[in-house]
Amino acid sequence: MRLRQIIRLRLRSLFTRASVEQELDEELQYHLERQTAEGVAAGMSREEARFAALRSLEGFEQRKEECRDMRRLNLIDNLLRDFRYAIRQLRKNAVFTSTAVVMLALGMCASVAIFAFVDAALIKPLPYKDPGRLAGVFESIKMFPQSNLSYLDYLDWKKRNTVLDSLAIYSRGGFLLSTPTGTQPARAARVSDGFFRTLGVAPFLGRDFYAGEDLPSAPRAVMLSYATWQKRYGGKTDILGKTVILDHAPSVIIGVLPREFHFAPAGPAEFWSAFHAESECDLRRSCHDLNGVGRLKDGVSIETALANLKSVAQQLQQEYPGSNLGQGAAMTPLREVIAGDMRPILLVLLGGAGLLLLIANVNVAGLLLVRSESRKREIAVRTALGASSGRLIGQFVTEALVLIAAGSALGLVSAHWVMRLLAKLIPEDVAANMPFLNSLGLNVRVAAFAGGISLLTAALFSFAPSLRIWSPDVREDLAEGGRGSAGTVWSRLGSKLVVLELSAAMVLLVSAGLLGKSLYRMLQVDVGLQPDHLATIEVLAPKSSYGTDAKAIVLAQEIVNRIESLPGVKSAGIVTNGLPLEGNGNTTWFRVPGRPYHGEHEETPERDVSPGYFTTLGATLLQGRYFTEAEDTSKPRVAIINRAFARQYFPGEDPVGKHLADLASPPVLTEIVGILEDIREGPLDAAIPPVLYLPFNQSTDHYFGVVARTSRAERPLLAELSATIRQIDPDVVPLRGMTMTDRIHDSPSAYIHRSSAWLVGGFAALAWVVGLVGLYGVVAYSVSQRTREIGVRMALGAQPGSVYQLILSEAGRLAALGIVIGLLCSVGAGTMMRGLLFGVESWDGPTLGGVAVALGISALLASYIPARRAASVNPVEALRAE
Amino acid sequence: MSKPTDLVQGTLDLLILKVVALEPMHGWAIAQRIRQMSGEVLQVGQGALYPALHKLEQNGWISAEWAVSDNNRRAKYYTLTKDGRKALQRETADWERLATAISLVVRAV
Repeated sequence: MRLRQIIRLRLRSLFTRASVEQELDEELQYHLERQTAEGVAAGMSREEARFAALRSLEGFEQRKEECRDMRRLNLIDNLLRDFRYAIRQLRKNAVFTSTAVVMLALGMCASVAIFAFVDAALIKPLPYKDPGRLAGVFESIKMFPQSNLSYLDYLDWKKRNTVLDSLAIYSRGGFLLSTPTGTQPARAARVSDGFFRTLGVAPFLGRDFYAGEDLPSAPRAVMLSYATWQKRYGGKTDILGKTVILDHAPSVIIGVLPREFHFAPAGPAEFWSAFHAESECDLRRSCHDLNGVGRLKDGVSIETALANLKSVAQQLQQEYPGSNLGQGAAMTPLREVIAGDMRPILLVLLGGAGLLLLIANVNVAGLLLVRSESRKREIAVRTALGASSGRLIGQFVTEALVLIAAGSALGLVSAHWVMRLLAKLIPEDVAANMPFLNSLGLNVRVAAFAGGISLLTAALFSFAPSLRIWSPDVREDLAEGGRGSAGTVWSRLGSKLVVLELSAAMVLLVSAGLLGKSLYRMLQVDVGLQPDHLATIEVLAPKSSYGTDAKAIVLAQEIVNRIESLPGVKSAGIVTNGLPLEGNGNTTWFRVPGRPYHGEHEETPERDVSPGYFTTLGATLLQGRYFTEAEDTSKPRVAIINRAFARQYFPGEDPVGKHLADLASPPVLTEIVGILEDIREGPLDAAIPPVLYLPFNQSTDHYFGVVARTSRAERPLLAELSATIRQIDPDVVPLRGMTMTDRIHDSPSAYIHRSSAWLVGGFAALAWVVGLVGLYGVVAYSVSQRTREIGVRMALGAQPGSVYQLILSEAGRLAALGIVIGLLCSVGAGTMMRGLLFGVESWDGPTLGGVAVALGISALLASYIPARRAASVNPVEALRAE
Repeated sequence: MSKPTDLVQGTLDLLILKVVALEPMHGWAIAQRIRQMSGEVLQVGQGALYPALHKLEQNGWISAEWAVSDNNRRAKYYTLTKDGRKALQRETADWERLATAISLVVRAV
């Protein structure tokens, strides 16, 4: 009851300000009247009586103020007044206000936008049940610490492990989808029956695979991604139970996955089909092309689980030495499998955005400090008139809060757009492999992050100007009238802020320089071929029609012939297991006959190429010869090795004419006929492994890459290649036509380096500008404070030159300090991101020196403007003005 | 104007509550009544009266309403609330304890 009444009264006081005011006035007037009436009754004149009454009240307005205080009106009133005053002050200084708001928004925008990416990739919980207990499961070999599982190994691991609630497999791939308008490629994944149950994902529509539905005995079943259901089937619910023709075999649609479901490691699959282990590879223990995902049992750590899987792998090594020798186990949290390779670049970008935020905020803090400095007389007057320091600080804090609110609002809105823009800039192919970025946006975590930034900024801004108020020498400030020595607080703190800004800008500039240089170095990498005038495309032929060697050879030769007869095309070639830079890990086992052999597995990536492939690429033959068209399975087996292969397996020998053997008994011998200069088969920034090239005619595939060298522009050729392949057989699907230059420039490693170089470069450019504005502000302020001093100096005969020297030496000291500190921090920052650097060290001299010189020169330019103003001071005016 | 006996800090609230307990009263009348009841000894500093009234009102111990006064003018009348009555008892008890204690000390000397 009482509380309610109090609230009612307070609210009334607040919302009926006018009537409360009026009542207060009326009440006191009534008192005055009665008191006056009494005085008159006691024989005073009306005038006298009224005066006495007023005196007995000891001040009419003061009493009213006290009553208001009692009603707690003043607290809110002061706040509102501070707020209005702040707005008025800020509007009066439009340049200051807009500069501050834009800078705050800049820092906010950059850090929030980048954080949203960090959140989407690394923080936002994965759309699975209890995702922390999911782990990626791999086999492990010397060449690939995380390599694929074979189907039979998976079955044994599943049966024998004691640490997983469930283990499932998936493999990414594609289907040829038969549609009324012809055969189309469709991205797909093959998964074991328990895959979705392991993840804890229930279908949006229909049912999950039942146990055993992934066996060859069960009818083929497929689930649709939500997007495919919408796009290809118009979101109709009657598709359940319908049949879809994938790879010329009917599959039944049994379910639709939830809209928010994504699983990046399996690629942007449209069709999720139950695994049917029936291909030659599926049934061969040494054919590794699957990925595992397991759910840990409660209370089992990854380490414990891995130890258990390793012991299972060990058992299999003993039981199947022929296929499993050297096959270990590896395990990593699923989050790492999904977005682990994004972590370094995202953290570098977040660091960059954080530095930019720091610079922007420090700059605004500096501006606020200058303002409080130039308002010190106002502060002194108000203190002398009795304003408490609480009230004065409140005034500055309110002003800072208004700025921050405006800056944050602007920053958040722009962050929203910048986020979308950045997401759009990601090429479609890259984005398709990062489906978790679809949830990019302003969510609770991003909002909390933004709120945290605002609070920190508010704390910083409230603190800075308060320094002045906490130790004000009122008398001196009043007497000084705001002239004389440049404020001590300012020269102490403000110059430190500028040094901080410059060193942070330096760190960003150096980082951008290092990343840019890495990118340059990367694109300069010798790929071992001539990428210009080279078009590439992939071909997927139905296995049912082209599964045999003979048919695949006919198809490949037909494709090469037709393409070579296209106008402008000089030559064409075929390669399996991936075009250059694909980094496909398909390997083969071999041994060198005549050397000691104890069953160990020497493994090397394998490519099967047509005779014209190397000449079309413009590769360099170091020794020996290329393959001939006649070399097919009827002829002795031949191979070409790359330089890395020769160096590793034939050091100090001449490999040409030597033989390699497979692990069968009796072994099939393959003669080495040539040595090729290394081609970048994998990422630009990885070491080149030994590679074995075999003739396509001796080792075919129905999925291969095509390269064509043209004398004309290569880009228009892509469409022609696609059409030509379609003409041969409408069921043969051309995929991913790209120029070789694009393949290199858009390869994942180059893409990561380019995007990080651009973003950090952008941050650095902004930081540079903001830092220089900060320096300019300090020097300009210092000059304005010292106008009188300079006037005196010049009146006493100082030359403009010495005035320049006075100002520039001050600026130079600050800049030099900033640059030196920046250099030290840059080396540290460079070391932290050395994982992203390629062909350049974190202490790269030219980058550090170049940035230092550029920053130094621009710092001098920024301080030259105020210095010139100082030197052109008219001593008479300067002295008279004060 | 002779300086009235200064009220012991905090006793003004007690006096106001006591006076208002009799009947609803406006500010001027409260001051008059305190003076009369104290045998013209306690003159309420009028400057202090109104802030004290507003504070008590905010505390919810007295409530206010406008009514026509004896001289036919609108005046703000204060009434003791239920909470105010409890507060009055409390304050009275406190005051009596204090007064007894002080007089004990003073007489003993």
